[in-house]
Amino acid sequence: MDFSSGFSYAPAPESSSHVKLQKQYELFIDGKWQKPVKGKYFDTVNPATEQVLARVAEATDEDVDKAVKAARKAYDTVWSKMPARERGKYIYRIARMIQERAREFSVIESMDGGKSIRESRDVDVPLAANHFFYYAGWADKLEYAFPGKKPEPLGVAGQIIPWNFPLLMAAWKIAPALATGNTVVLKPAETTSLTALKLAEIIQESGLPDGVVNIITGAGATGAAIVNHPDINKIAFTGSTGVGKRIQQSIAGTGKRLTLELGGKAANIIFEDAALDQAVEGIVNGIFFNQGHVCCAGSRLFVQEGVADKVIRKLKDRMETLIVGDPMDKNTDIGAINSAEQLKRIKEYLKIGVAEGAEMYQPSCAIPKKGYFCPPTLFFHTSQSHRIVQEEIFGPVLTIQTFRTVEEVIEKANNTPYGLSAGVWTDKGSKIFNMTTKLKAGVIWANTYNKFDPTSPFGGYKESGFGREGGLHGLSAYLKNS
Amino acid sequence: MATRTSTKNNSNGVAAITADEAIKPSNGKVISKPASPQRIKVLKTYKNYVGGQFPRTESGRYYALVLKGGEVVNVGLSSRKDFRNSVLIAREAQEKWHGKTALNRSQILYRIAEMLETRTAQFVSELMSQGRTENQAKKEVEASVDRMIYYAGWCDKYNQVFSAVNPVNSSHFNFSSTEPVGVVAAIAPQENGLIGLVSVIAPIIASGNTCIILAASTLPLCAVTFGEVLNSSDLPGGVVNILTGDVAELLPHFSNHMDVNAVYISTNDKELIKLVETNAAINVKRARTENEIDWMDAGVESPYRIMDFLEVKTTWHPIGI
Repeated sequence: MDFSSGFSYAPAPESSSHVKLQKQYELFIDGKWQKPVKGKYFDTVNPATEQVLARVAEATDEDVDKAVKAARKAYDTVWSKMPARERGKYIYRIARMIQERAREFSVIESMDGGKSIRESRDVDVPLAANHFFYYAGWADKLEYAFPGKKPEPLGVAGQIIPWNFPLLMAAWKIAPALATGNTVVLKPAETTSLTALKLAEIIQESGLPDGVVNIITGAGATGAAIVNHPDINKIAFTGSTGVGKRIQQSIAGTGKRLTLELGGKAANIIFEDAALDQAVEGIVNGIFFNQGHVCCAGSRLFVQEGVADKVIRKLKDRMETLIVGDPMDKNTDIGAINSAEQLKRIKEYLKIGVAEGAEMYQPSCAIPKKGYFCPPTLFFHTSQSHRIVQEEIFGPVLTIQTFRTVEEVIEKANNTPYGLSAGVWTDKGSKIFNMTTKLKAGVIWANTYNKFDPTSPFGGYKESGFGREGGLHGLSAYLKNS
Repeated sequence: MATRTSTKNNSNGVAAITADEAIKPSNGKVISKPASPQRIKVLKTYKNYVGGQFPRTESGRYYALVLKGGEVVNVGLSSRKDFRNSVLIAREAQEKWHGKTALNRSQILYRIAEMLETRTAQFVSELMSQGRTENQAKKEVEASVDRMIYYAGWCDKYNQVFSAVNPVNSSHFNFSSTEPVGVVAAIAPQENGLIGLVSVIAPIIASGNTCIILAASTLPLCAVTFGEVLNSSDLPGGVVNILTGDVAELLPHFSNHMDVNAVYISTNDKELIKLVETNAAINVKRARTENEIDWMDAGVESPYRIMDFLEVKTTWHPIGI
C-alpha cells in the first residue's frame, strides 16, 4: 500500500519545561548526596540529539564500600527491626510519589534513553509505580507466600540493572528487596542513570531511613565492585548473558545468593488459523517495542507456510506506517537507539545478516539526521544457523522463517541457548496449550506479546538466567526460607 | 547374598580394603570361602544403571572394595564418556517422562517404594556388608522406603502449591505454573549408601526431570541394587541413570556439561562447592549446593526440594471475544 500521499502528522512534542535536571549528579549514599571519592564524572547523553544532559558521578571501589557499609548499618540498626507493616508504608509512599511525578519521570526517561514518550508515559512509569505499590502490600504478608516456611530477609542486596527500562528495572529490583526487609545498593546502567537518580530524590523525600536504598552510578567496573564486595548477601543482575556468566563465576563459593535475568532470542509463531491482523500487530509490538531493546523481544518470527506471503505483505504495509524519530513526539513509534555503541552493534549485525545471504528489508521511513536511529528491519531467507537468528541483536531487527508442522516449529523455536519468552498466535485453544507447554521459555504470550505486570513473574529458562521477578514468585529471590 | 561370615582370606597376599577406605585399584580378587561346602555362591557383578540397562563402564576401569567379611567386589570406575553417554540418554528420556501424567509419575514412584520394601533384606545385608549394624541398616532402608512414598505423594500436588493465577492489571488471563528444569547431574551424598541417594533422586524425578547420579564412592553397592529396583518398577529407562566412580574425577564433568540444566552436590568441602558453582556458569546451569545433612531426619523432606529443580513458566492470554 502507498501511504506517501494523504495525511501527514504534525509534530506533537511533549514539553520538557517542567523537568528539573541538575547539571551534575552525585552518589546517593546513606540518605545523602555524596561526591565520589576519586572525583570522577561522566556525561550522560540524549541519544536523539547527542546533547549532554548532565554529568554523573562515577563510583569506584571506595564509594561502593561506603554504600555497602551504609546499607549494612541500615539493615542492622533500622530496617530489619522495623515492623513489616511500617516497612510497607514507606514502599507505598514511594509508589505514590512516582505517580505524582509520572510526567517528569517519563520525559526524563525518553530524553536520557531514547524511547518514545508514548512508551515511557504508558508503560515504563506506570508499571514502575505499580510495582512498588504491589510489593508494598506484601511486606506484612510474607508468611502466606511460602507454606511451611519462615521467611527471613537476606541482608544487603547488590543490584545491577540495564539501560533498556531504566526506572522500571530499578522498581523491579528495589520494591521486592525492600518488601522482604533487605537493604539495597543499586547501580543503573551508565547511559541511563537519570531516572534512577530522580528515584533517589523521591526516596530521600519519602523519609525512607538513611542507607536503606543507596543508588550509585558508574559503568562495568562499578558493577564488578558491587558483585565482589564481601559484605553483600545477594546479587540481582539484569543484562547480557555474557556478563551474567561472569557474575555467576565471580560469586561461586561465596554463599551469595544470585538471580540473573539475561538475554533472549524469542520465537514469535504465527499459525495459519491465527487472526492475522492481530498477529501482525503482535509481530510489530514484539520486535519494535522500545526499538527492540527488549530481552524478551520476539526477534525470531516463524510463519506457517500457507499464510507466509499474506502475513509478510501485511507486515510490510504496517511497517510503512511506523514513525521513526523524535522520542519526545507523541506520534513516534520507534525512538532513538540507546547509544552510539549499541547502534554500531546493530549495524554490524545488519552487515552480518546480508553477508550470510539473508535478504534485508527496510521500509521507506525518514530517519532524523542527528542522533542514533535505526529503521525497523526485516530479514528474509534466514535459517537456524545464521548468526542473526542465533544471537541477540537487541535492536529493531526481525528474522523471518517459515514452517509447516507443529513439531517443526517447536524444534526450531527451542533450538537456542536462550529461553526467556515466546509468542504463539492461533485461534485454536488446544493448539495454544500444546505450544505453551512445549516451548521452553519463562514467559509465553499467546495471542498477545510484550505484556508486563507487577503480579506476573518474569524470568528465563536455560541461558536466559534464573530466578523470577514480579508476583509472588519474585519474593523468594530476597528471602531465606527456613 | 552379599554378606559372608567367613574369615578374612589374605592368603593370596592382597591387602584387605574396607568399605570405608579410599578407592584403590586392586590387583586381584579375594574370594571368601563359601558358607556352605555343598555349593559355590554366585557373586554379583556391580555395574552401572543407564538407560534402563546395566552396562559396564566403557573405560574398563574398576576399583576394588573389600566388604566386611573379606569379599572383594570390583566396582566400575566410570569415565567422562560414561557420563556424557548418560546425559544423551537422560535428555532423550526427559520429555517423555515429563509427558506422563502427574498421577502416573506418582504411582511409579510409589511402585519404586514397593519394590524397595520387598527387597529390604537384600539392602540390609548390603549395608551391613559395608559396615553398618543390622539395626542401622534396617532403619536406613525403612527410612528410604518412607522417603520415596513421601515424594510419590507430592507428584500431583506440588504444582498446586507452587503455581498461581496472577491478577494482572489488564484484560488478560495470566497464570504461572512450574515445569521441570530438564536434565539434572547429581552427586549422591557420600556419607551413606541408600538414604541419601533416594532422598536426592526422588524430588528430582517427581516433577519430570531425568538425572544422572554418581553413587557414594565408598558405599556404592546399594546404588547399583537400587538400579535393579528402578528397573522393576515401571520407571522408564533413562529417567534415573546411576554411575559408580570417583567424585573428584567426575565432578568437573557433571558441572560443566553444556546439556545439563542443573547440578547438585551436598558436601562440606568448600572447594568442591566452588568448583561446581564456577563450572555451572558455562551454560547458566542451576547449581544446587548444600552442606552435608542428616538424611535420616524426616525434617529434610520438603516440597521445596522439588522446587529446587523447577522452572516457573508464566502464560498470558487476552480475555475478550
